[in-house]
Amino acid sequence: MTSLFEEITETSVDIPVRRVTITVNGEKRSANVEPRLLLAHLLRQGFKLTGTHTGCDTTNCGACTVLVDGRPAKSCTMLAVQADGRDVMTVEGLATASELHPIQEGFKEEHGLQCGYCTPGMMLAAKALLDENPDPTEDEVRWALSGNLCRCTGYQNIVKSVLWAAEKMRNSAG
Amino acid sequence: MSLDEIKIGGMGASRRRVEDNRFIRGRGNYVDDVVLPGMLHMEILRSPVAHARIRSIDVSKAWEIPGVRLVLTGDMMATRNLAWMPTLSYDTQAVLATDKVRFQGQEVAAVIADDPYIAKDACEAIVVDYETLPVIVNPDQAMASGATLIRDDKENQPDNKVFDWEVGDRPATDKAFEEADVVSEIELHYPRSHPSPLEPCGSIADFDRSTGKLTVYMTTQAPHIIRAAVALVAELPEHMIRIISPDLGGGFGNKVPVYPGYVISILASILTERPVKWIEDKTGNLISTGFGRDVYLKGQMAVRKDGKILGVRMHTISDHGAFFSDAQPSKFKIGLMHSAFACYDIPAAHLTAEGYYTNKAPGGVAYRCSFRVTEAMFFQERMIQAAADDLGMDQAEFRRINLVRDDDFPHRTPFGFLTDSGQYGKCLDVALEAIGYEQFLKDQEEARKNGRYLGIGISTMTEPLGAGNSREYDILGIKMFDSAELRVHMTGKAILRTGAKTQGQGHETTWAQIVAHELGIPADDVVVEEGDTDTAPFGMGTYASRSTPVAGAAVAMVARKIRAKSRKIAAHLLEVSEEDIEWELGRFYVRSSPDRGVTIQECAMAAYSNMPDGMEPGLENTAYYDPPNLTWPFAAYVATVEVDPETGVWDVLRMVAVDDCGVRINPMIVEGQIMGGLTEAYAMASMQFITFDAEGNCVGSNYMDYLLPTAWETPGFELHEVVTPCPHHPIGAKGIGECATVGGPAAFVNAVMNAVEHLGVRNIDMPLLPDRVHEAIATRSDISGAPPVRTDAP
Repeated sequence: MTSLFEEITETSVDIPVRRVTITVNGEKRSANVEPRLLLAHLLRQGFKLTGTHTGCDTTNCGACTVLVDGRPAKSCTMLAVQADGRDVMTVEGLATASELHPIQEGFKEEHGLQCGYCTPGMMLAAKALLDENPDPTEDEVRWALSGNLCRCTGYQNIVKSVLWAAEKMRNSAG
Repeated sequence: MSLDEIKIGGMGASRRRVEDNRFIRGRGNYVDDVVLPGMLHMEILRSPVAHARIRSIDVSKAWEIPGVRLVLTGDMMATRNLAWMPTLSYDTQAVLATDKVRFQGQEVAAVIADDPYIAKDACEAIVVDYETLPVIVNPDQAMASGATLIRDDKENQPDNKVFDWEVGDRPATDKAFEEADVVSEIELHYPRSHPSPLEPCGSIADFDRSTGKLTVYMTTQAPHIIRAAVALVAELPEHMIRIISPDLGGGFGNKVPVYPGYVISILASILTERPVKWIEDKTGNLISTGFGRDVYLKGQMAVRKDGKILGVRMHTISDHGAFFSDAQPSKFKIGLMHSAFACYDIPAAHLTAEGYYTNKAPGGVAYRCSFRVTEAMFFQERMIQAAADDLGMDQAEFRRINLVRDDDFPHRTPFGFLTDSGQYGKCLDVALEAIGYEQFLKDQEEARKNGRYLGIGISTMTEPLGAGNSREYDILGIKMFDSAELRVHMTGKAILRTGAKTQGQGHETTWAQIVAHELGIPADDVVVEEGDTDTAPFGMGTYASRSTPVAGAAVAMVARKIRAKSRKIAAHLLEVSEEDIEWELGRFYVRSSPDRGVTIQECAMAAYSNMPDGMEPGLENTAYYDPPNLTWPFAAYVATVEVDPETGVWDVLRMVAVDDCGVRINPMIVEGQIMGGLTEAYAMASMQFITFDAEGNCVGSNYMDYLLPTAWETPGFELHEVVTPCPHHPIGAKGIGECATVGGPAAFVNAVMNAVEHLGVRNIDMPLLPDRVHEAIATRSDISGAPPVRTDAP
């Protein structure tokens, strides 16, 4: 966290903090954190990356899914200190300044989202799948997303969104 | 010359959603994303027991933790007259407990601190001494003589009964049963469930003493109702209250009621003079906020040998938890339960209803449905199947005989509603053809010979959507209309605001399409804004599929007002009289000389720069719309399943959905709503329920115990459409968001029952968990799902 000053409050005096350095969406960022701080909270409150949502607090819903060293991780039950020295990608890292990621395009094109709360986690889980398996079957997509809950869409369009993105990525790769 | 309506994103265009642009980038703005300067954080301490007298609360240790700014208990709330609050159903509810706790998870104390971690620590430091009392977890226990009185806080409340209610014609129904050849009976429990939007509830209250203004960011589906409630209950001046409902991570009825957390955060902000954020955790959401269902349904059907239904009796017993706060706006105690059997031509019907308090979380909210309609339609379609079985008649044929015919509208339903349109038989035919009904029956028979259990289930229903009209629906006396305000800027771009509140339904996309349809202004040129009571016109919010039927109608009506004024401007610009002007999409022209015309955009510029003498400048208006009737969409859902007799596991083979919701504004969004609803229907039928053990412990307080289907379990859906425009809606649309949740469960359950009926199994209560299905098959008996849950289950 960069700031001109950090206020010393009654609260902050006795609590041990640890310095962590995490590469977030390609940018190296450091912060002093309480050891018990959850990664989701560091991302949201510390780094102001509010696209990572917390839904269930118990690793079940996947709204907080980010990629840690390229693998999906549920940041609501991972400590910030566990991410020290690692590479974290959040939804904010998907698009470039000028271009959406094909997965983002796919979700819009195939109506893969309604309220949008599960969407960042869904898209990152999908990215991890497509990075490993560029041509998944419908069942493979469903299995890869089975750690992420959606209450609005019924999944059918989410699956279509991922398949849409897979096709686009294959076409532009080849 | 006329514009291509689809190209400008008008009616019928599957326009891609504009709200997606921020959601896919992680740029949504949910309550928890809002950060205000100096903001404090609140955490609620909840009761671990279901029924107990509070002997004492010791908060001294909590105060000692550095960073704690305020600790609130019921006694402190009481000094401000805020320990109790009225519910939207004319009951009272404890904000923070003073005398007793009445359900597990009830709010007991609150801590406000510098960060949420400190607030949580401090909650754990609070010591509460509970004297436990006998616990009541179902209506049977609540009505037993000598049962412990749960609501001893209320005067004139001698027992645990909330209400008695009845509707229909008892003598005529009795007569119908005397004339029946066959009387069929069924008894069910529709289990308690939780709408469980992924985003839990929360609020940020920000009281500014210098201006006297209270701003509250809140997860609410009905911001104006909240403002009214705060004004009327807390006696704050209405113009000094601003409720902002930002992006909502789903609602499904869970975000309609007023919750204690909102009230506590408001008082905390007033006391600390700092913004106070309260974000509930998932367990808090599941164990304390508005659940759905929990109704026991029993009834009989009188049928003639030829298949004609003569009459129906229904009796419902609903479990409302510790406080009656189902937040339903009808004038009927059991909501619209008596919309049951609306799609069938049945001459006589009678319904009685009782409601009870229990030591469970308060609610009974309309979980993705109009009020109690889900229970009504589930009972209806399970009753229909039972009667068809008792008659020995094909279930599709039995429905066809009794469905209201196309030329019978308007039709008075068995309990007195008026339906206005539909092609029920056609919907059923489309569904049966799509599923290959006749062939499936043959396959089923063949499979049974080989020990495989296939089943097919049908559910056909029409339901009342779009509360209200104001004759029959109000909340706290406020009539159920809605509103839209349209401001067209000089360059022909526009901003539209409504009194509804999107939670994923895509209002920002569809409302602009209605404007495009009415005015020819491209949808991309219309920005839509909702949820801020300081800027939006007064409306009743979004639930009960009321957005399109009510607010959507208001959008069309306000656009027509704009068109009417633009016509006068056009006449002025074209130098002809108004009577000589014709309209085509996006353009006025001179009737005798169609090449001479002006676009709506040219009229907009003239409204600011070249208006006729005497005309008020500008181009904006507001419409308040009070619909003449509810809308009555129709649906036919058919599911096929295979049940594994060894394990009780059942798989959905196919699910065909035929929906007639009138004119579809954005077909892509409509289909998205249907698929979401079907998933919740499948969830209810297969796994999703919240129950309680004998001590009142909530079984289902987190997503490890409360099962929700993932992409892996959820079946695929095949959608079809039939279009019967709504005769009274300005653009012919009917509600759709909830049809599949309402009508879907019976299709799945009927299918499983159809697969095992040859074993003599007549009913298994939802959810149809494998162990229940297996037990039913093994013991050849019905399975009840009424709580308390068995703790000896394998």
